[in-house]
Amino acid sequence: MATDATPLLEVRDLKVSFNTEDGVVQAVDGVSFTLAKGEVLGIVGESGSGKSVTMMSVLRLINDPNAVFEGEVLYKGRSIMDLGDDRMREVRGGEIAMIFQDPMTSLNPVYTVGDQIVEAILTHQPIGKAAANARAVELLRQVGIPQADRRAADFPHQFSGGMRQRAMIAMALANDPDILIADEPTTALDVTIQAQILELIGRLKDEFSSAVILITHDLGVVADIADRIAVMYAGRIVEFGGKRDLFYDPQHPYTWGLLGSIPRLDRPKQDRLHSIAGMPPSLIDPPAGCRFRPRCPHAFDRCETEPALEVRGGGARHLDRCWLDPESKRAVRDRTIRGESAAA
Amino acid sequence: MAVFIVRRLFGLVLVLFAITVLTFLIFFATPGVDPTRALAGRNPTPETVAAVRHQFGLDRSKPAQYALMMKRLFISRDLVSYGNQALRVVPAIKKAAPVTFSLVIGAAIIWVVMSVVVGVLAVVLKGSIWDPVLMILALIGISMPVFWLGEVANLITQDRLHDTFLFSWVPPLGYTPLTENPWEWFKHMIIPWFTLSVLYIGFYARVLRASMLDVANEDFVRTARAKGLSERRVLLRHVLRTSMITFVSLFGLDFGVLVGGGALVTEVVFGLPGVGLLTFRSLQSLDLPVIMATVIYGAFFITIANAVVDILYARLDPRIRPA
Amino acid sequence: MAEFAFEPEPAGVALAPGETAREVAGKNPWLLAGRRLARNRVALAALALFLAIVVVSFGAPIWANHIAHVDPFSSNVNGTTVVDGKKVEVIQQGGGALGIGENPIGPTWQKNYLLGADSQGRDVFARVLYGGRASLLIGVGSALISCIVALLLGLVAGFFRGPVDVFISRVMDLVWAFPIFLLAISLATVLLTAPDGLQWGPVRVDPASLWIPTFIIALVYVPYVYRPVRGQVLSVREKEYVEAAIAQGASTWRLIFVEILPNVITTIVVMLPLMIATTILTESALSFLSIGVQPPAASWGTIIEDGQGLLYTRPWVAIAPGIMIVLTVLSLNVLGDGVRDALDPRAKLRLKRAKVGK
Repeated sequence: MATDATPLLEVRDLKVSFNTEDGVVQAVDGVSFTLAKGEVLGIVGESGSGKSVTMMSVLRLINDPNAVFEGEVLYKGRSIMDLGDDRMREVRGGEIAMIFQDPMTSLNPVYTVGDQIVEAILTHQPIGKAAANARAVELLRQVGIPQADRRAADFPHQFSGGMRQRAMIAMALANDPDILIADEPTTALDVTIQAQILELIGRLKDEFSSAVILITHDLGVVADIADRIAVMYAGRIVEFGGKRDLFYDPQHPYTWGLLGSIPRLDRPKQDRLHSIAGMPPSLIDPPAGCRFRPRCPHAFDRCETEPALEVRGGGARHLDRCWLDPESKRAVRDRTIRGESAAA
Repeated sequence: MAVFIVRRLFGLVLVLFAITVLTFLIFFATPGVDPTRALAGRNPTPETVAAVRHQFGLDRSKPAQYALMMKRLFISRDLVSYGNQALRVVPAIKKAAPVTFSLVIGAAIIWVVMSVVVGVLAVVLKGSIWDPVLMILALIGISMPVFWLGEVANLITQDRLHDTFLFSWVPPLGYTPLTENPWEWFKHMIIPWFTLSVLYIGFYARVLRASMLDVANEDFVRTARAKGLSERRVLLRHVLRTSMITFVSLFGLDFGVLVGGGALVTEVVFGLPGVGLLTFRSLQSLDLPVIMATVIYGAFFITIANAVVDILYARLDPRIRPA
Repeated sequence: MAEFAFEPEPAGVALAPGETAREVAGKNPWLLAGRRLARNRVALAALALFLAIVVVSFGAPIWANHIAHVDPFSSNVNGTTVVDGKKVEVIQQGGGALGIGENPIGPTWQKNYLLGADSQGRDVFARVLYGGRASLLIGVGSALISCIVALLLGLVAGFFRGPVDVFISRVMDLVWAFPIFLLAISLATVLLTAPDGLQWGPVRVDPASLWIPTFIIALVYVPYVYRPVRGQVLSVREKEYVEAAIAQGASTWRLIFVEILPNVITTIVVMLPLMIATTILTESALSFLSIGVQPPAASWGTIIEDGQGLLYTRPWVAIAPGIMIVLTVLSLNVLGDGVRDALDPRAKLRLKRAKVGK
C-alpha cells in the first residue's frame, strides 16, 4: 500500500549476474537505494561498474536468458519483478521512462521523430492520432526545438546530436512519468551541448514533477542537478550521500580519485592530472575483501575484509564502504585530491 | 530526384552497350570460333562458305558486323535467326517473355510471402526447437539444385503419384497462355512455381532471420521496448520494417536476374517456352542473332532492376535520400 | 506474446575487461576461432560429412576396379552381370508399354550395379562416385582460384586506389552485370564448339578437360568475392594502426602483407565454404545443360542429365547424384555458418542454456 512515506522507488539488495562461456559475471552485487518523489539521484561510476545494468533491471529491459536476478525492486510499494508482462509494459514509458546514451542510434531511422513520439503517446494514452500529433509537437517545443511543427516531420538523421537527445527527452516525458532514468544522456554530445541538456533536464523535472535518476561516469555532470549521489564500483555502491556531503566531505578513496581527476581551473596547476592507477577488477573473479583494494593507495590490512555500506565518518545519510579512520583520512584525502601524494 | 533518375538511365544505356560489345566479342571474336561453320551446313564447299559469309555479313569488319546486327535488332527489327530463317528474333522474344514473366512473378509472390513467414517465425520461436528446424529446412532448400528438384517434382507429379487424387490434375509438361485458358495456365504453372521458389524461400528466410536478429540488437529497439511497446509491435514495426530494407534490395536483384532469363533450368525441366529456354536453345545451336537479342534482353532487365532497387532503397531508408 | 528471448549485449556489463583479462593479449585469434569451431558440434559433423564424401568420391577407382569390378565409362550395352548368383543382361529387352523397349536393370543393392544401370549399361553407383571426383575438383578448384584472384585484385584495388581501383572495379562491375548464367553459358558454349580443343599459343586444352569449366566458373564468381575483399581492404587501410605504420616508414609490401592481409584473409576464409557450395551448384547446372563437364568425363550434373530419359523407369539414375549434391552443399553451408560464427563471435548471438535459474 503506497503512502506518502513510501519511497517512489526502492531497490533492495539487487544482484544481477550473467552466465557466460568464461564463468558467472556478477555485474551488480547487492545494490540498495531509495528514490523519493521529485528527487534527483545521480549514479556515478566507470564502465563496468554496473550502473546501467542496475537501472535496466529496474525496467526489466534485460532479455538475456543467461541473466539471473536477485533482490527486490519496489515501485510505489509493489514489486517490479512480480509484475505481469502487460502491467510491466504499462509501467515502461508510462510511469518510468528511460533515455539512453547515443541519441543517433536510439531513434529508429526510418520513422519521423514526430511519429516516434506519437507512438510513445498512443501506447499509453488512447487519445487519437490528431491529439497525439498535437501533443508531440507541443513536447518538442517544450524541449526547445525550434519550428517544432515542421521538425516533427523530419527524420532523426536530419536532427543534430543535441536536438536528437532533446527529442528523446520529449518522447520520454510524453506520458508524464513519475521517474525519468537518463543513462549517460550527455556522453555522446559536445561539452557545450551537454550543459544545455542537463539544464533542460533540470528544468523539465520541475515542469513535469518527475524524479530523475541520472547515470554517468562523470561527476561533473551531476554536480549541478543531483540531490543525492551514489558512487558505484565493481557492482557495488561504495559511497552514497547528499551532493554537498559527497563533494565537500567524500569518504571513499575511489570518490577521491574521481574528484581528483576532474581538471579544475581554481586550483594550482598540477604536474599531471591525477588518475586512478590500475584497472577495474574482473567481475568473474572479484578480489576478496574490499573491491577497490588493488588500486587504493591507502589500503591496509583491514581492507582484506569487505566493508559494509554504512554511515561512518560522514554525516547522517552519508554512507561509505571504507575502513579508514574518518578523522585521519581527511588529511590524506585533501592531499590526494590536490594530486600531491602520488597514487602508489 | 529527376537528375538522379536521368543519371541512372544514362548509366543503364552505357552498361547495356558494354554488355552487347562483350557478347559480340565472345561469340564473334573468340579465336577458333567461326559461326560460318554452323551456318554452312555439312561439308561445305569453299564457294558455299564464301556465299554464306557474304550473306550474313560475316566478311565485313567486326565493328561493321556489330553495327549491322544492332541496326537489325533495334531499328528495322527484322533480325532473323541463323538457324531458322523464318524466325524473326524480336517477335520470338515477345512470345517467350510472358511465359517467363508468369513463372517468375508467380514464384516471387510465393517466395516472398513464405520467406517472411518462415523468417519471422524463426525469430519469434528462437530458443525453441522450431528455430533450428526451420533453419535446417531453409538450408536444405538452398542446397538442392533447382533442376534436380524439378526432376523430382516431375517424377512425383507426372508419374509416381499422378494417379492419385493429389496430382492427377497436373497436366503434361508445357505451357498454356493465361489469355487462352486461365485454369490450364494455373495448373501448368503451379508445380514450377513451387519448385523455383524453394531455393529462394530458403535463402530469404535465412537472410531475413539474420537481419532481424542483427536489428534486434540495435539501440532503437531497446528504446522501443523502453517506451512500453508490445513485443509484437516491436517485432513488426521496428525490427521487421528495418530488416526489409536489405530484403527488398536483394529481392530486386534476384527478380531482375530471373526475369531476364535466369530461370533457364526451370524452364528446361518443365518444358516452359520462356526467354530462358530460348536463350539456351540459341546458345546450343550458336544462333548468334538470337543469342545477342536474349542477352541484351536479360541484361536490360537486370540493369533496370538494379536501378529500381537503388530507388526503392532510398524510399525505404530515409538516410540515403538525396538531401 | 512472450518476449522473444535472445541475448542483446548487456549494457555496462564488464565482459570486456573480464574477458580480455583472460584471453591474454598475445593469444592468436585463429587459435581462439579454432577452439570455438571445435566446440560447434554441428559444424564439425558437417565437416566430417563433407570429408567423407570427398574420400568416398576419390575412392571411386577402388570401388570400380576392386570391389564392384565394373567399368563405369565404356558403353556396356550388351554386357551381363551376376545378380544373386544368376546371370542377367545389363540392358533388358521387352520393357515399356509396348514390350519392345529397352530397360536397363534397376538397383541390385549389391556390389555390382548397386543402383542399377543407365541407358548405356554403365554402373550408376560407380559413375556417381567418379562424378563426385569431377564435381568436387571443379567446385573446390574454381572456388579457390576465384578467391585467390579476387584477393589479389581486391588488395591491389583497395590499397592503391585511384585509377587502378577505378579500372579494376569497372571491369568487375561489367563482368558482374552480365547475368552470371549467361556469361558462364556463353563462355562454355563458345569454348566447347572448337572440336579440336582450344589453342592458346603453346597451350592446348582438351574440350573434355575439367579445366575449362573450372576456369569459367572461377571467372564468373571473381566479382562476387572481389567486392567484400576490396571493402575490407579499404576499411582496414583507414584504421589508425595502418596510418601509424605508414608514419613509421613501413614499405608497401610490408603494409600489405603484415597489416592488411591477415584481416582480409578472414573474409576469404568465411566465404570459402559457401563459395565451394555455390560453384558446385553452378557446375552441376552447366553440366546438366551439357555445357559443363563433357563426355567421356562425368560429373553429378551430367549423370542427372543422363537420367532424364530414364526418369520414370529408372529414377535412381537422376536422383542419386542429386542427393550427393544436396548432401555436399548442405554440409558446406553448415560448415560455412560454423566458420563464420567462430571467426566473428559478434555475428552470432551466444545462446547458452542458463542452468542456474531464478
